[in-house]
Amino acid sequence: MTVALRSHTSACPACDAVPAAEALAEREVQQDVRIALSLPMVHCAACIRTVEGALTRYPGVKSARVNLTLKRATVEADPEVSAEHLMQVLEAIGYESYELDAGTLSATQSSKAGRDLLMRLAVAGFASMNVMLLSISVWSGAEAATRDLFHWISAAIALPTIVFSGRPFYVSAWSALKHKRLNMDVPIVLAILLAVVTSLWETSLSGEHAYFDAALALVFFLLAGRYLDHRTRAVARSAAEELAALEVPRAVLLSDDGEEMVQVSALSVGDRVLVRPGGRLPVDGEIIEGQSELDRSLLTGETLPIFAAPGTQVSAGEVNLTGPLVVRANAVGEQTSLHRMADLVAVAESGRSNYTSLADRAAKLYAPGVHILSALSFVGWYLFTFDVRTSLNIAAAVLIITCPCALGLAVPAVTTAASGRLFRKGMLIKHSTALERLSQVDTVVFDKTGTLTAGTPELTNADAFSYEELSIAMALAVGSSHPLSLALAKVGRDAGIRPAELTGIEEIPGYGTQGNLNGALVQLGRASWVGVTALTQTSAFLALGDKAPKPFLFVDALRDGAMLAVDALKADGKTVILLSGDTPGAVEDLANRLGVQRWVADALPEDKAETIHQLANKGARVLMVGDGLNDTAALAAAHVSISPASALDAARVASDIVLLGGDLSPIATALATARSSTKRIRENFRIATVYNVIAVPLAIAGLATPLIAALAMSLSSITVSLNALRLR
Amino acid sequence: MQILAYLIPISLVLGGMGLLAFVYTVKSNQYDDLEGDAQRILSGQYDDQPKI
Repeated sequence: MTVALRSHTSACPACDAVPAAEALAEREVQQDVRIALSLPMVHCAACIRTVEGALTRYPGVKSARVNLTLKRATVEADPEVSAEHLMQVLEAIGYESYELDAGTLSATQSSKAGRDLLMRLAVAGFASMNVMLLSISVWSGAEAATRDLFHWISAAIALPTIVFSGRPFYVSAWSALKHKRLNMDVPIVLAILLAVVTSLWETSLSGEHAYFDAALALVFFLLAGRYLDHRTRAVARSAAEELAALEVPRAVLLSDDGEEMVQVSALSVGDRVLVRPGGRLPVDGEIIEGQSELDRSLLTGETLPIFAAPGTQVSAGEVNLTGPLVVRANAVGEQTSLHRMADLVAVAESGRSNYTSLADRAAKLYAPGVHILSALSFVGWYLFTFDVRTSLNIAAAVLIITCPCALGLAVPAVTTAASGRLFRKGMLIKHSTALERLSQVDTVVFDKTGTLTAGTPELTNADAFSYEELSIAMALAVGSSHPLSLALAKVGRDAGIRPAELTGIEEIPGYGTQGNLNGALVQLGRASWVGVTALTQTSAFLALGDKAPKPFLFVDALRDGAMLAVDALKADGKTVILLSGDTPGAVEDLANRLGVQRWVADALPEDKAETIHQLANKGARVLMVGDGLNDTAALAAAHVSISPASALDAARVASDIVLLGGDLSPIATALATARSSTKRIRENFRIATVYNVIAVPLAIAGLATPLIAALAMSLSSITVSLNALRLR
Repeated sequence: MQILAYLIPISLVLGGMGLLAFVYTVKSNQYDDLEGDAQRILSGQYDDQPKI
């Protein structure tokens, strides 16, 4: 940033010209920052236009481009443009947006792999079409020299293609064999190689049957399945990376030189860290300066803020509410309680890896079966005819016909359709078997704070106060950024109440706000501060002079769609349970509001995981929905788990599905989609099996011609793909 | 059957041209935002910066 340091006034304009030109050149090179914004709401052509238009009109923006598939906008702009400005612009036109840390987004790598697959797919498609063209003339009766010529041309096209396009299968099969395992790719590679070798042999002997077209079609269809699979995962992965990129981890370090903004990873034990109101604590430590209140709902599920003063022990992840705090770090990074809690997850997660997907179960039955069948037909025919050529031909035909073209497509086609559908509804499927597991769910466990509730308080007893009292309370509340004050001020503004005229308004961090009304002291704040005993419910007390303090009562506002989701799940026959770390009063109140019969309060993180285990031991398939750190172990222990995008990073990592918007209602639809997609996957397996049952006996009997192989393969692949598309 | 000497190379060249065209579209990022492109075509405005 030498540009900024250079002096711009000079007595000698010519001297200035050189550095100015340099500066200009430098500006061209280093400027143009790239800002990435996540836009969960864009969905249509008009949205693209509005967003791009608004962004490009903003001064300093060079270009803006929306990617609808990734729901992301990339902006090239001058360095003075910051993401906050652009977020305000978008907010004004009604789109919520979040800044993404460009460093965390490593889209290049996954898109490179996708491109690589697409290229191999294209080459396989080109080759198989050409060879099919030649094969059709052979099937329709080309003979003698013509047939040999066609076979040789086919071989010339097929061999390099199979080497190039089939590479992903060879790599995967080889790594499986190295570990002495069998996967779906082993029979595939065997079929391809055997088909090519026997076809070459046949061709060199002027034989009748060559399977070049079958080998290529096999590669083509399987690559198509592989590509679909990759695409679905790439979208999910980039969206997950995006969520990680949302958290830009910085902290204010206090040193002898003053304040300094540093990366959280650069902090060490003993550092003094300044945490401003609204900021999240980056380290575990002890408060050495300042007074405030801390919101620890993400860690424990408590909604009531706790008082914090010098000497209070704090943990990373808590949110500072009212006054600036200086914290001396006694644990940083991996040592913080936040990270230790995340280790609990790793333990809980080991249980989940027991789940074998439908595809794996099919492969386990299938791969050995195919090999045995093919080997048996080789041996059988060899004993029958003592002719290696015929028996090898038949063994190759069996392998090609049983080869899992349709099986390779059966799962990816369905999951692509289902994930795409859910992604449009704002759900991100992170784990490949999450849909299958979701379809088996019969019990849904919700966390309370931050999941069913939005984490913003709502005033419930405004009627109990006179206009005058409300106007005084509002005057005290407007200046503060405490969540309860914000809620109070909002109610006042909506009701059109004018703040009373107070003098000497002062916020006492950690306690409340006070002021003077005609010489009398008025206070709004914590119970202990105004001299009464605290209530169990979230409340703020208003004390006017010598009169007895009156409480403002608050409840946590419901998250959008929470009611809808719970109702739909109950109508669907699922058991709904509320599991919270909050006080019994608050949990019972919410359970009553939502009509949930079973609830558990005061649950510690271990209790939550334990409850899930108990349910699982009773045979229930549990879906856990939660957002806090106290939920992570439970999220990982559940059969399948969902967390909202607002959740802590650790919770999102532990869950299989992430809700991208603020709305909970897609959960119920997701269950339905998951069920229908699992049904389609099973149907697809059945279809593939039916084709095999018809074609395999023909192959074993030696009646399978390359034409029959091609027909069986294409027809089954196409029916399977079409069946998957019916999901929409 | 002499015609085959022409027809086969011609069909291969035509197919190869299709393949090259596809490779070009992949290299120039035309598959990065399929949904967006499908929606953009509905808009009346001219897309003056189709690539970023």
